[in-house]
Order: sequence, then C-alpha cells, then structure tokens
Amino acid sequence: MSAPVPSVTPRVRVRESGLAGWIQRHGVWVAAAVVLIALPLVARSRVAVSVMNQMGIAVVFALSYNVLLGQGGMLSFGHAVYFGLGGFMAIHVLNLVGQGAFYLPVALLPLVGALGGLVSAALFGSFSTNRAGTVFAMISLGIGELIHSSSLILTKFFGGEEGITGNRTKAPPLLGLDFTTDTQVYYLIAAWAFVATVLMYAYSRTPMGRIANAVRDNPERAEFVGYSQRWARYVSFCAAGLFAGLAGGLFAVNYEILTVENVSLTASGSVLLMAYIGGIGFFFGPILGAIAFTFLQSMLSDYTRIWLLYLGILFLATVMFAPAGLAGILVMHRPAWRAGRLHRLVAPYAVAGMLALAAAVGIIGLLELLQFTVSGEAGRVTKRLFWVSVPVYAVWPWLVLAALAIGGALGLRRAAPRAAAAFNEAGGPAGRP
Amino acid sequence: MTPAVELVDVYKSFGPTQIIAGVNLAIEAGTRQALIGPNGAGKSTLFNLITGKHPVSRGHVRLKGEDITGLRPYEINRRGLSRSFQVTNIFPRLSVFENLRCAVLWTLGYKYSFWHFVDGLPEVGERAATVLEQLNLTARRDVPAGVLSYAEQRALEIGITIAGGADVILLDEPTSGMSRGEAEHMVQLIRQVTAGKTLIMVEHDMGVVFDLADKIAVLVYGRIIAHDRPAAIRASADVQEAYLGVPQGAPA
Amino acid sequence: MELLLFSLLNGVVYGMLLFMLSSGLTLIFGMMGVLNFAHAGFYMLGAYLGYTIAGHLGFWAGLVAAPPLVGLLGALVERQGLRRVHRFGHVAELILTFGVAVLIEEIVQLAWGRPAKSYTVPAVLDFSLFRLFQSTFPAYKAFMLLISAGIFVFLFFVLARTRAGLIIQASLTHPGTVAMLGHNVPRVFMVVFGIGSALAALAGVIAGPVLGTFPGMAQVLGSIVFVVVVIGGLGSLTGAFVASLVIGIIQTFAVALDYSLGSLLGGLGLTVARTGFLSELWPITIARIAPILPYLLLILVLIVRPTGLFGTRES
Repeated sequence: MSAPVPSVTPRVRVRESGLAGWIQRHGVWVAAAVVLIALPLVARSRVAVSVMNQMGIAVVFALSYNVLLGQGGMLSFGHAVYFGLGGFMAIHVLNLVGQGAFYLPVALLPLVGALGGLVSAALFGSFSTNRAGTVFAMISLGIGELIHSSSLILTKFFGGEEGITGNRTKAPPLLGLDFTTDTQVYYLIAAWAFVATVLMYAYSRTPMGRIANAVRDNPERAEFVGYSQRWARYVSFCAAGLFAGLAGGLFAVNYEILTVENVSLTASGSVLLMAYIGGIGFFFGPILGAIAFTFLQSMLSDYTRIWLLYLGILFLATVMFAPAGLAGILVMHRPAWRAGRLHRLVAPYAVAGMLALAAAVGIIGLLELLQFTVSGEAGRVTKRLFWVSVPVYAVWPWLVLAALAIGGALGLRRAAPRAAAAFNEAGGPAGRP
Repeated sequence: MTPAVELVDVYKSFGPTQIIAGVNLAIEAGTRQALIGPNGAGKSTLFNLITGKHPVSRGHVRLKGEDITGLRPYEINRRGLSRSFQVTNIFPRLSVFENLRCAVLWTLGYKYSFWHFVDGLPEVGERAATVLEQLNLTARRDVPAGVLSYAEQRALEIGITIAGGADVILLDEPTSGMSRGEAEHMVQLIRQVTAGKTLIMVEHDMGVVFDLADKIAVLVYGRIIAHDRPAAIRASADVQEAYLGVPQGAPA
Repeated sequence: MELLLFSLLNGVVYGMLLFMLSSGLTLIFGMMGVLNFAHAGFYMLGAYLGYTIAGHLGFWAGLVAAPPLVGLLGALVERQGLRRVHRFGHVAELILTFGVAVLIEEIVQLAWGRPAKSYTVPAVLDFSLFRLFQSTFPAYKAFMLLISAGIFVFLFFVLARTRAGLIIQASLTHPGTVAMLGHNVPRVFMVVFGIGSALAALAGVIAGPVLGTFPGMAQVLGSIVFVVVVIGGLGSLTGAFVASLVIGIIQTFAVALDYSLGSLLGGLGLTVARTGFLSELWPITIARIAPILPYLLLILVLIVRPTGLFGTRES
C-alpha cells in the first residue's frame, strides 16, 4: 500500500550562499545594531534618552522571562527576584569599587548583576524546578514573597525602606567614559542589551534550547528520548536568572538605586505582562512587549493616574482575544504580506480602527472623569481631557463620551467581522485546490 | 545468551488493586515479539513498568542483563531502550523535523550543550532527515507536528522512538485507530526500522501480530499464561479460553 | 498563660477567616484546575461593597447584599473570561485570573480612591465578650468565628449531603462523565466560581472592619491564601481547613513573641557571634520574621511533598 499522499506542495526555502545568504540570515541583527546606534541622534531630548534606557533594561528582562515561559513552558510569578538580587549585588559592588576596594569599570558592572542572577537562580532553582506547571508557579510565588518580605529583615543587603544607592561616576573610567551623561549610559545599555539579545537567541538555537522547547511541549516524551526534564528545566532556569540579573545590573547602572520594589510581586507581574502582551510564542515578542509597556508606563503616567488600569485592560484583552500577543498579530499577517495582498486590508482595518478609537476615547474619557470625581481634587472643576478643558460636573461631557463609547462599541461589533473576513481572504492560499 | 528484556517475579499494585500478579518473562535479543491479552490485562502497565514510568511493587526488570528496576525513564532510555505510546505523544508545537532532531540529540552526544548551534551539526540533520525519509514525511518536514493527520502522527511517533538508535524498542498499539491500508503500511515501516533490533509490541490486531511476531506472550489478569511461537499460541486451549471464554471442544 | 490563650483564640479566628477565603479557592481549583489569582480581589470587592452599602443601609444590609453581588461578578468573569481561554490551557487561565486581579485592584482604586476606608464594626457587636486577666476578647471576633464555622458546616452539608453537592463533587474529578450524564457542566463550573467568589466577598465584608479596608488588602492576604491552599493540598477542603488553622495560629503566635532569634538559639545552648556576616540576624525578633514564616513553610512543604499535606493532584 502507498504512503499517505501529501496534499500540499512543500514551500522550499532557498538557502542562498555568499553575501546574499549572509544578509538573509543575519541582516536583521545588523539593521537592529544600526538602529540602536542611530537612535539617540534622532531622539535627542533627555526624556527620550531616559525612556530608551528604560526600554533597554525592560527588553533584557522580558527576554529573560521568556526563556522561562515561552521557551521553557514555566510560568513564574517571582522572576523579579533574580533581577533584583543581581541588581543589588551590582550596586553593592559599585559602592565597593567607588571606595577603592578593587578595580572594575562601570561598563563591566552588568556582569556582576548577571553573576548575582545566576547564583540566585542556581540556588532557588535547585528545588523549584523539580515540578512544572502550577506547582512551579506557586513555588516561584512563594520564593518571590519570601525574598520580598525578608528584604525588610536583611536591611544591610536590601537597605530597608530606602534601598541601596550608588554612584557610577565614582568608579574608575574606562577609555575616557565616565558615564556622567545619559547618552553614554544609553550606549552602554544598548550595547549590553544587544549582546544579551544575541546570546539569548543563540541559546535558543543550541541543543539545550531545542530540548527546552521539547520539555515544554511534552516533558514525558522528552524523558523517553533520553533527557531528564528536571535538569533541562534547571538549566533554562539558570539561564533565565543570569539574564534577569544582567538586566538588574543595567538597572543599577542607570538609576544608581535599588529598592525592595525591585523584588516585589508588582515587578514580577510587570515582566509577565510585558512578555505576554508582546507575545510569548515568538522570540522577538517580549521585545515588542517591553517597548510597548515601557512606553505606556512612562508616557501615560504623565497624563493620567490610572495608566495601570489601562494596562490591565490591554493585558486582559490580549489574553482573551489575542493570546499570541503583538508578535502573533504581526506574524499572522505574513502570508498576506508575502502574497502581496496586504493593501486589501487597509480599508476594513481603517474602519474598524476608527470605531475602536472612538470607543476607546469614550471609555478612557469616562474613566478619567470618574477618577477625577472620586479623588475629588480640591477646588477644581475642569479636567484636561485629550487637550480639551472639560467641565467635570456638567452633564454633556458624560453624555458625549458615553455616546462615543457605546456607538464605537456597537459599530465595532459590525465592523470587526468584516475586517476578519477581509483578513481571511487576504491571507488565504493562492491557487490552492 | 542474555535476553534483551527480562522480567523477574514482577508484581504491581495501584493501591489495593493488583494489576500485575507475578510476571516472569524473558525476551530474546534480536526477536520481534508481541504482547497480547484481553482488555484490562495489564499490558500498558507492564510497558510502564519496563520503561520506568511506574515503579514495580515487587520484582526486578533487567535490560540486556543490567538491573534497571527503579531507574527513571531517561536513565533507561540512555541504556538503549525506547518506547512509543498508545496515545500519540509527540512535541506538537515543534516541526516534524524538529521532533526527530530532538530524538537524536542525546545519542549523538550533544546532551545539554548550549555551546553548539544545532543547525550547524551535520550528522544531527542527516540522521533526522534519514528517519524522515523512512517515515515518508519529508514533504511535511516543516509542518508543526500538532497539525499532522492521525496516521502521520502515528508514523512520527514511531520515528521519534527509533531515531535515537535504541536497540530495544517497545511499541504500544502502533496501529490503533488505523484503516486496513494504513495499518499495512505501518507494519512495513515497523519491519523496516526494527531490522536487527529487539521489538516488543502490544497489539490488538491479530493480523499484524501474526504478520510480524516471532513469538507471542499472552497476558491475562496480570499473569503470562503463554509465551510461544504464533502457531502454538493459535492452537493453545488456554489462550482460546482466555479470549473466547470457551474451552476448545466444549459446546458453544 | 493569658498570652497563650488569647494568641490561640486570635489565631483560630484568623485561621477560620483564612479558611473562608481558601475554601472558595480550593473549590474552584478542585473543579476547574484553575488557581484563581483574582480570588483575593473578590475578597477586597466584598469589603468595599460592604462598606459602601453599610454607609447607606447599615452593616447587616451590606453583609447580606455584598456577597451575592460579587458572586454574580465572579460568575460573569467565569463565563466571559475563563471559558474563553479554557482551551488555551492552564497557563492561559492563570494569566487571565492574574489580569483580572490587576484590573480589580485598579478599579477599586478608581472607584473608591486610594486612602483606607474607615469601615467600622457595627455598634451592636462593638463590645467585649469576655475578660481574662488583662485582655479582652471582642464580641465581633466571636461573630467572625461564628460565621466562618457556619460556612464550614454549610459547605460540608451541601457538598456531602445534597444532590447538587454530589454533582459538584463528581465534576471535580470527572467532568466529562458528568457531562455525559446530562448535566450542564459549564453551568456547574460557573455556579461554583460564583459561589467561591461570594464566599471570598463574605470574608471581605466580615474582615474589612478588623483587618482594614484599603487597596492593598488583596495583595496582603492573597499570597497567604495561596500558601494555605497549596500547603493544604490543591483541591482538598480538609487540607485547606487544617492549613488555614495552622498558618493562622503560627502567624498569630509569631507576632506575639518578642524573643529574638539569638535568644532562641541561646535557649538551645548555642552562642551566636556578635560580629560577622550574619550578625545582623540574631537580634531580630520572631515577631519580625513572622511575615516570612508562611512562605518558608510553603517552600518546605513543596519540596518535601509537592501535592501538599492532603492533596492528591498537582495540577
């Protein structure tokens, strides 16, 4: 009898040789490096550089988290522990260096953070990676809360309520770089973030990285091809801790202070949000998520006090409607892009987008007004909403916003299926039977 | 000659229920043998005991003469025993090629290495590609394993089992749920990939059993009641009674 | 002696409160395999709603009205949220409940503001029940104990003796089979989730005046409740009961004990160094390490017995 006949002609990826092949394989990295170098020349303001520094740290942290979750299948609620412990170690070393205890240029300080993260992960991972799934998540939560609570007891290391401060300018300069300006710090963070990203990507292409995926998909099966699932999880856990600690070291260099907040459940929850919104199924997903999260956090918090609520709503919407995250949405459109049919989506997406925007404006407006009335700022009766001064206690703003919200939502209910249909059509197979 | 797999006085109870009640079985190296028996006889449990998924309550399991009682599955696998599963147990989010590649990494010595690039290991890729070809799945190479058809997944299941080059292979109902044609193709595949190796197969399809097996062991209520060549098993009164409930010669 | 007795009493009150919270969580986990991160959030909502209703209609109105309201919300979360992500697996469900928890905390801050609310004990219960030596035991705490004990009895009765309870118990381990028997298992899930949330809210209404009503109350108690549920054994009500009492008593005792770690070791015959690496640890009193004791216990139990004290499954 004959074998099952394949119904799809395989799409063979031509591996070109020579320069073209090299560009195909590594072009993305070169482009990323160029962008990183050029960025502060384009966005010059102090605020912009400061935000970019924040993003760089968040990217490394979120990528390290995805080594655990996306690649290893381990959901952790205490990853900030390794970030924080790495950071605290780095800042203590920075202080020692500043006092002249030994020589270490600031540029190498993140390595101290990485070491701190690795040692902590090796310690805590030795028992927490015995099981996967819910038990692992609960142990990670327990360890996180344990460290967070003990930070008020071990005041010498954690600095109690005020934390530990350092001064990067006291450390010996390297090649004339004394890191007094934000831009110098930016290049340091960008360089380390680039290196860390390359290393983590490389890790995913090693046998260990592939086995981590296998253990994620089917731990029982992985054992029956010769791998101990516990050991595989442990190695991944240590790798994740190392890079989280590296991010913590970058944090120490950038902010020159570490506090108990850096090991809190809030911090652990933030990196989970970042990674998930970005998309845990793709390597570059957490990068998107970290950038988006940092952007919202730094930009939004200037305009509204309830930015965390918006983030929560965004997160929930992602979990419910787009579990593959931002990266997933992008990748979903690749077939349409390849087939050259992306332009067909412009119109239906624009319509749905406008309606969604209207609904969002309405909902955000209502929430903002609500927050204003509840917190009752003394004496003020108008609120600046979307660059318009709105009298809060009049009726019409509420009505207008409610109309926007409801109208937008209802319209979206009609427009969204049309957009989805257009997407299916655009992404569908061309010439397939 | 040392038997490939040997079970000595093996008992297994789950709580108060005794599933395996004293099994003594020796599987000669290089043979293809089938383990048959009515439903609930304990065949899968026996497999799980041999492969280390469950510990034995009493007794010993030997692999090529070495005592493997109480070892973890991966330790047993590293000693040259591999198994497939009744319910397809693959890596659904990895591509077909990746599935096979993961199956060969350990035996080719790469273990937990994070200092090699897996794409740049020629022998890994070649081995995986060879098995892929044997399974006739080369056209489905980059497809995520989770979206394969049932028969293709079963084939991949076998592929993962043998890709590592184990010389003792346990297959748990490899043709379950297959049509006549698919089952025949599977038998061809099994015959091909187990050439020169030891095969123990749990099967319900008697056609497949008599086609492939050199010897058949019959497990009933946790005991081996017969272990002999196919012809002898076919003629055995005990086996017929176990399956049909009627001793030969008695009125129907 | 007095310290011992009152610590024990307070510990039992606190433990029973933990049980009220953990019972709902255990039920939800046992049935759906989901560890509901938002559970403490419902507790917080119960306290805030109870406070608001009490402000207009009195404490008792709040006690009666708040839990069902929150229960309805819980059922809604299950129907619109959990059910939708159920097919993506347990990790997705955990992440969803985490998102709901974040959302609840932000909504509470939005609707009620950040400062703590002065949710007071109702006047009719604001007296001391009895006096022993120097300390008094407030009647309100006895009331708390009464309600929590009542919940325990109610749960036991419903689950073990009624038909609905049997269906729930069966759905706990064999939802597929129960569905085959014609029961609307998704609806059972929704009802259980709603009841669990209502129980959490009830705990909030009662505990609000005593433990404080502020936006951080969910985080504070939430972690402890998780510890209780996991130590007791995921899915086991008996385990939740035992673990609640154990943790409640341990924490209450630890807070009351002013002995330092150094003196503790001294009592065992060991001397501690005055200087050196760990020297800052020894003057620390047991009261100060009280917050970390539950987590230490959790880690210990999870290493030694990953299924918890009474549990039979891990996920």
